[in-house]
Amino acid sequence: MSYSGWRVIKEALSGHKGWKPAWRDPVPASDYDFVIIGGGGHGLATAYYLAREYRAKRIAVIEKGWIGGGNVGRNTTIIRSNYLLDGNEPFYEFSLKLWEGLEQDFNYNAMVSQRGILNLIHSDAQRDAFTRRGNAMILNGADAEMLSVEQIRQRYPFLNFNNARFPIKGGLAQHRGGTVRHDAVAWGYARGADRLGVDIIQNCEVTGFRIKGGICSGVETTRGFIGAKKVGCAVAGSSGRLMAQAGMRLPIESHVLQAFVTEGLKPVLPGVVTFGAGHFYVSQSDKGGLVFGGDLDGYNSYAQRGNLPTVEDVCEGGMALMPAIGRARLLRMWGGIMDMSMDGSPIIDKTHIDGLYFNGGWCYGGFKATPASGWCFAHLLATDKPHEVATAYRFDRFKRGYMIDEKGQGAQPNLH
Amino acid sequence: MIINHPLLGPRDAQEFTYLGDANLINRPDWQAEDAVDQFHEYLYQRDNPAGKHRELWYHEAGDRSWLVVTRDTLTHEITGVELARDVALKSGRGK
Repeated sequence: MSYSGWRVIKEALSGHKGWKPAWRDPVPASDYDFVIIGGGGHGLATAYYLAREYRAKRIAVIEKGWIGGGNVGRNTTIIRSNYLLDGNEPFYEFSLKLWEGLEQDFNYNAMVSQRGILNLIHSDAQRDAFTRRGNAMILNGADAEMLSVEQIRQRYPFLNFNNARFPIKGGLAQHRGGTVRHDAVAWGYARGADRLGVDIIQNCEVTGFRIKGGICSGVETTRGFIGAKKVGCAVAGSSGRLMAQAGMRLPIESHVLQAFVTEGLKPVLPGVVTFGAGHFYVSQSDKGGLVFGGDLDGYNSYAQRGNLPTVEDVCEGGMALMPAIGRARLLRMWGGIMDMSMDGSPIIDKTHIDGLYFNGGWCYGGFKATPASGWCFAHLLATDKPHEVATAYRFDRFKRGYMIDEKGQGAQPNLH
Repeated sequence: MIINHPLLGPRDAQEFTYLGDANLINRPDWQAEDAVDQFHEYLYQRDNPAGKHRELWYHEAGDRSWLVVTRDTLTHEITGVELARDVALKSGRGK
């Protein structure tokens, strides 16, 4: 059943009796060609592109809870492709182009809103760095524009331009960036995959891998053994826990990142704004709440909740950038668990075990990467070769000295 | 989080900075045959457990001691705090 305006009118006139569940609830088969572990954005996107772009059949997505209940439902919904390095920028630009056509592609309203993202500049050194970044973006086919203080003032008059310590000197804008309704991304991919015959199996936790002689032949789950020719793991946030069951250590630490929403306000903030002096970024959801976040708490955690010092730190960043935010009351805050990798960049690669593939290490950039991550992981699973925009995301890059370290922090995951 | 410093008593975690897994104390031998592999494991690979985790905290806004804190990554409960120096000496470092 396709969704459309006509369909809504027809259903409205007939008492909304024709709507069907958006995906099936199948019993797992005994074996599949492809089993994707993790029913989040990346896992569902992987299944969707495997079925649609690579014409694969017999695909299952296994999720321990309900789909979209992990990080795809816990992020701050921003999409952008404003990266600097060659290993990253083509990938994220590919992702942004996929976002632009996504809703038509999977016939689902994901509320993709290209309202623009603005990275503020507070010093001359930062202007140089952002000019370089903007040029790198343009060279890779993305859009970037340096804005003057006056241009920013027109669009965001309420920012604290004359902060004595960190005055706003300009900004790097990506007008094609924006926000997306995060849950709808999971639901849209799930529905799209289901319509292509993918089995989405919820409440089915992987408890182990069946590995013999260096070959993975399936997964043990709470609903029994499920055989698979190829197993793809897309469980960022829990990668350490899952891959430990295959005896693997990863170049990843799990950290908690908090996010915040204020009470609903009338439209005040037209785009996404990031503070260049502290770590703070903010946008306004379509419901009206100001959605914002900042730094990691900074210590290993799987707890999905953080501590108050970070709350204070993030809110101080907000007050420094946008003093009016102090009049809004904080409605909700929550924590999500990030796969923080050793260079701040992700991994989409085969493992040393035949038939076992890994997608993770997304740090806090996983949401915007969802379409490209799914596409590239599907490409790897289907062809055993990395997709051309994901060739740098290999396990062995640390050993070979090819880190993709946007911030230049070194192997200190809580600083990326 | 409150870290019960062995010398200074209970201190707010804000006074500390976090480095990571306490195994970072055990730097490999640079003269070993497989030093490259050992350093790759040491620098980049992590156990990253969900549960009990021994980790290094630095009392930056205090006495600048390094501590080994045993903390549960699922609950943030701290069950042990030692001076990293003592841990290192106990494991045979400094001989």
